[in-house]
Amino acid sequence: MKLSIGAVTEPGSTRINKTGSWRTFKPIIDVEACVGCGMCSMFCPEGVVYEVEDKYTIDYDYCKGCGVCAHECPSGAIEMVIEEK
Amino acid sequence: MEELFAPGHRGCAGCGAAIAARLILKGAGKDIIAVSPTGCLEVISSPYPQSSWGVPWIHSLFENAAAVASGVEAALRALGREDEAKVLAIAGDGGTIDIGFGVLSGMLERGHDVTYICYDNEAYMNTGIQRSGSTPYGASTTTSPAGKISFGEDRPKKNAPAIAAAHGIPYVATASIAYPKDVIKKVKKAVEIEGPKYLQIHAPCCTGWGFDSSRTIEIGRLAVETALFPIYEMQNGKITSVKKIKRKPVEEYLKVQRRFRHLFEKEGGEEEIKKIQEIADGNAEQFGLDL
Amino acid sequence: MKIMEGSHAVAEAVKACRPHVISAYPITPQTHIVEEISRMVADGELACEYIRVESEHSAMSVCVGASATGARTYTATTSQGMALMHEVLFNAAGLRLPIVMTAVNRALSAPINIWDDQQDAISQRDTGWIQLHAEDSQEASDMIIQAYRIAEDHDVLLPVMIGMDGFILTHVYEPVELCPQEKVDEFLPLYEPTQYLTPKNPLTFGPIVDPSMYMEFRYMIHEAMGRAKKKIMNVASEFRDKFGRYYGGLIDTYEAEDAEVLILAMGSVIGTIKDAIDELRADGKKVGLVKVRCYRPFPAEAILEAAKDAKAIAVLDKNISLGHEGALYTDVKSVLYNKGPLALGFILGLGGRDITKSTIENIVAKAQKAIESGRVEEESEFVDLDQEVL
Repeated sequence: MKLSIGAVTEPGSTRINKTGSWRTFKPIIDVEACVGCGMCSMFCPEGVVYEVEDKYTIDYDYCKGCGVCAHECPSGAIEMVIEEK
Repeated sequence: MEELFAPGHRGCAGCGAAIAARLILKGAGKDIIAVSPTGCLEVISSPYPQSSWGVPWIHSLFENAAAVASGVEAALRALGREDEAKVLAIAGDGGTIDIGFGVLSGMLERGHDVTYICYDNEAYMNTGIQRSGSTPYGASTTTSPAGKISFGEDRPKKNAPAIAAAHGIPYVATASIAYPKDVIKKVKKAVEIEGPKYLQIHAPCCTGWGFDSSRTIEIGRLAVETALFPIYEMQNGKITSVKKIKRKPVEEYLKVQRRFRHLFEKEGGEEEIKKIQEIADGNAEQFGLDL
Repeated sequence: MKIMEGSHAVAEAVKACRPHVISAYPITPQTHIVEEISRMVADGELACEYIRVESEHSAMSVCVGASATGARTYTATTSQGMALMHEVLFNAAGLRLPIVMTAVNRALSAPINIWDDQQDAISQRDTGWIQLHAEDSQEASDMIIQAYRIAEDHDVLLPVMIGMDGFILTHVYEPVELCPQEKVDEFLPLYEPTQYLTPKNPLTFGPIVDPSMYMEFRYMIHEAMGRAKKKIMNVASEFRDKFGRYYGGLIDTYEAEDAEVLILAMGSVIGTIKDAIDELRADGKKVGLVKVRCYRPFPAEAILEAAKDAKAIAVLDKNISLGHEGALYTDVKSVLYNKGPLALGFILGLGGRDITKSTIENIVAKAQKAIESGRVEEESEFVDLDQEVL
C-alpha cells in the first residue's frame, strides 16, 4: 500500500476491521419474540443490527457484544450468551 | 437506510459517542461535510488507513473545529458550492466547552451556517477520564478524584447551551442518545435552519463513568428522568419545547455509576447528594420539566 | 510604477491572485495589509469570503478548513500572532494544504516590543512551511504571486510563508510596479486541488497515524520540501520572463564572485548591506553578499557554491536561539563544515534595533581580521550591545 498525500483515507474503510473478535458475550435474537420495533438497531454502537423482513439480524463480524440491544429490547427478545470461540 | 458511520471502529463496546455519531448522521444525511476535533470520536473512527466516516470528514486539531468548519462553509460559498453540502462540527465536551470555547463563540458570533454538535460525555475520555468544564458536580475523575477530603468535582457543569444561546443564534437544543428519534429530529431540523446552530447531546461513557456496557442507554435515560440533563429546544432565544418527565430522585442515577460511588460510601456523601438534588430541582423549575 | 506603502503592495498582489477565502486577525505591524484587504472587500474590488476571526489560531484554522474544501486561501500575521498559530502551522503542512501567508516579522515578548526582527518566522522553522524572505516591498508583493505557484504545484503541496520585515517594509512607501491582472491570470492558473472535501467523494482528512507509518508521512513532507527547491527556482525564472523582475532563486548574490568576505543575510537589511558593499568596494575591499531568499527548504548547495572561494563569511541573524547562536549561522556552518571559508555569526537588529552601514563595515572588519589571523575568535557575538546598561 502506497501512503496517500496528507494521509487522506477512503470512506467506510474500517469495515476491514472485524471487531466481532472482541466479544465475550453474544446477543441472540429470538425471532418469534421480536416485535420488530427496531430499537436494537437504533441503539447499536456499531450499527450492525439490520432489519430483514420486519425482523432483525446481527452481523457478528462486528458485534462487540456490549449488550445494549438485549438491555433495551422492550420485548426481551434478545439474550446474551457466553461466546464460544 | 445507508449506514454513514461504518462498523469496525475502535470505540469501546457500548460506546455512547459512537451511538451519537450514528444518530447525528441519520439526521444530517450524506450531503454534509463534517469536522471533528481531537477526541475519542476522532481516534476511534480514523485509524489510518481506515475511516468509519461515509461522509467527507476532517480532523485538524483539538480546539479549532468551529474555525475549521467556518473555513469549510466560507469555501463552499466562495466556490459557489453552497448547495453541495451542509457543514457540521461533531465534537466532544472537552473540545467544545473547554479548549474550543472561544473558537466556538467566534463561529457563532460570525453567523456561519454551521451546525455545531457537542456529544457530551462529561470528561476527557480519550486521555483517561480527566475532568472538563462539562463534568457534573460530585463526579470523580482522574483529575478531580474523590479522596480523603474531596467529593470529586467541586464545580457545577458549565451551562454551555445557555452561553451559546446568548450569541443570539437561531437554534439551540439539547438531546440524549437515550431518545434517538429526538436526536435525529433535532439534527434534521438544525441543518435546515440557516445560520449557526448549537446542539448538545448527552452521550454516556461506560468506561469513563463506570457502568456495564449494556446500560449506556439506561444511564442516559436516568440523567434525563432525574432532571440532571434537561432536554429542550430554544429558537431565537426562546424555549420552544421541553421534554417533560415523571421525575426520579437523583440517587437512582448516581448509584449506578462508579464515578459517583464515593457519595454513597463516604461520610458526608448524603450532603453532597442533597446538593446534586438541588441542582436537579433547579433544572426542573427553570425548564418546567415536571409532568 | 506607483509610490505606495509596502502593506498595500502586498494587498494588491493578494487581490490579483483571486483568493477565495481570506481570514485574519489584526496585529501590529501586519494591520495595514488586512485593513487594505478589508477596504478592497468593502469597495467590491475583491470578491472573496473575508472571515474576521477572534484569534490568529482561528485565522489559520479557517484557512485549513477552506483550503481542504478546495479554496485558495490567504492570511497574514506577525510575532505573537504567529506564535499563537504555531500548532496550526504544523497541521496545515501535514495536511498538505497550499495556504499562503505573509509573515510580517516582529520581535516576541517579553519584554513586549512591536518592532522588527525575524525571531517569529525563524521560530516556525520546523513546521513544514516553505519560508521565503523579501528584501523590499516589490519582492514581498511579487512573492505572493510566486508563492501560490509553488504551494499549489502538485509535486509540492505545501504552505508558504513570506517573511516581510515589520515597519521597515510594511509601513514604508516605495516605488512599486504592480502586476497587471491579466498577466497574473496567465501566470497563476486557478487552484486545482488533487483532493478536497466534497460529498461527491467523501474522503477522510486528518486521521490518526500510528508509529508504523507516522515517520513515512514526515519523510513525504521532507521530500516535497526537496522538490520545492527546483520549483522555487523555476517559478522565479518564469516570473522574470513574464514580469521582467528577478530576485534570485533560492539565494541571490551581489558582488560575490571575487569576494574575500561574504555577508549572508535575509530580509530588508539586504538593501543596507548592498550600499555598504558599494562603499567598501570603492575603498578596494573585496566584499560581497549572499541573500537568502528561501530559508526553508534551506539552500545548502547554492550557499556552498556561492561561498566556496571566499575566505570568510559573516552571517547576520535577526534572531537568536537563546543559549546558543543565531539560527541562520548554525545552518550556514553545517553547510560549510570542513568545506569552506571561516564562518562568523552576528546577532543584530533584535526588536527593531537599527542596522546601519557602519554596523556592516564593523562586521566586515572583524571578518577580515579573522582572515588575517586564520581563525575565528568569537563564533557568535551580539552586535552594538550597550554594555553600559548591562
